[in-house]
Amino acid sequence: MATVRIPTPLRKFTQGKDEVSIVGTNVRELLANLEAAHPGIREKICDEGGAVRRFVNVFVADEDIRFLDNLDTAVKDADEVSIVPAIAGGR
Amino acid sequence: MNLHGPPGLGRPAHVIDPAAAPAGVALARAQAPQGRMESIVDLIGNTPLVRLRAIEADCLGVELWAKCEFSNPGGSVKDRAALRIIRDALARGDLKAGMRLIDSTSGNTGIAYSMVGAALGVPITLVLPENVSAPRKQVSRAFGTELVFSDPMEGSDGAIVHARRVVDENPGIYYYPNQYANDSNWLAHYHGTGPEIWAQTQGRVTHFVTGVGTSGTIIGTARRLHELGDVQCIAVQPDDAMHGLEGLKHIPSSIVPPIYDETVPDETLWMPTEEGWDMAERLAKHEALFVGHSAGANVAGALRIGKRLASAGQTGVVVTVLCDRGDRYFAPLRWEKHYVW
Repeated sequence: MATVRIPTPLRKFTQGKDEVSIVGTNVRELLANLEAAHPGIREKICDEGGAVRRFVNVFVADEDIRFLDNLDTAVKDADEVSIVPAIAGGR
Repeated sequence: MNLHGPPGLGRPAHVIDPAAAPAGVALARAQAPQGRMESIVDLIGNTPLVRLRAIEADCLGVELWAKCEFSNPGGSVKDRAALRIIRDALARGDLKAGMRLIDSTSGNTGIAYSMVGAALGVPITLVLPENVSAPRKQVSRAFGTELVFSDPMEGSDGAIVHARRVVDENPGIYYYPNQYANDSNWLAHYHGTGPEIWAQTQGRVTHFVTGVGTSGTIIGTARRLHELGDVQCIAVQPDDAMHGLEGLKHIPSSIVPPIYDETVPDETLWMPTEEGWDMAERLAKHEALFVGHSAGANVAGALRIGKRLASAGQTGVVVTVLCDRGDRYFAPLRWEKHYVW
């Protein structure tokens, strides 16, 4: 099980939890299982085509998946996966 | 219009009327050759208004105009609030010699504080989420500003909480202006942006559209424009808590800024990140205005209003705000893997 870090704006889908444990061998599976456990969260992270939205960064063990294999990036047990908005609101 | 009195620690000035510079200063300025300034802060405000001819083609009969806030010396609209906040705090005596100004900011306000602080001799500490784009951190540091990072997972609200803790743990060291709750923030626009737009459109402005960050721009400008004429003032907010419109706030899911008064905007437009980003790209390619995503969202909002008017067969003069330049948001190059946004 990987640990998925949830940013503040998505915690309404995780009952306020900032971390959840999710099974998945790659990011695609992980996001599918995250959606199954917390319905509604995936459409905030991915667009209609299933790709990660332009303004969302997903990190596996501190590496941006855009620089790895994107949704096919392998996830190992005990990896930390972070979902981080590209920006922080407020000026 | 003169927004700014003389700089300097401890000099009395302008809490009530920022336009009232001492007579000697006004005279010196009147006699100075055009374009010559005593201080960089004298370049803040009085920004150009530019017409968006290419975007306007989508709403025939309606004029679209934009305030070029990137022309401020710190590069963004936030110069106005930063100058007014620091001037007012010095005048009240809240900010005394030897104290540091500390605030939470995701970027532009930090750069503005850093620039104004360097100009007026006020040391600055900034608390910002670690995922703020790298160029912003570097610019603030260049002015000698101290940076403290808060958890990127907690966003700008986390930075606010972190800043408050630093202030509480170090009594007497910091002045915390809290831009979200500071009346000087919206007053900068009440006395600056609002009357400038009125004068530059010769009173023809019918609609004003801008995004909500701290809400200083919309609240101050709208209050003044409502007094000056029959102007519809429209706020733009991201359509969701999870968004990528840097600088803008989704109020329903945020700590509501105390200066935000929901009775002031006549309407709120809910803006998807993609619509704002796409407009920012369009502005660069078709208006030669390379601006940030919040500016893109503002123009996208202005165009929505323009289209609504045009489809109702009405005319209008819609004014919006170009908050900053796009180069403040350059994405890292592919080989620069270990960046922080």
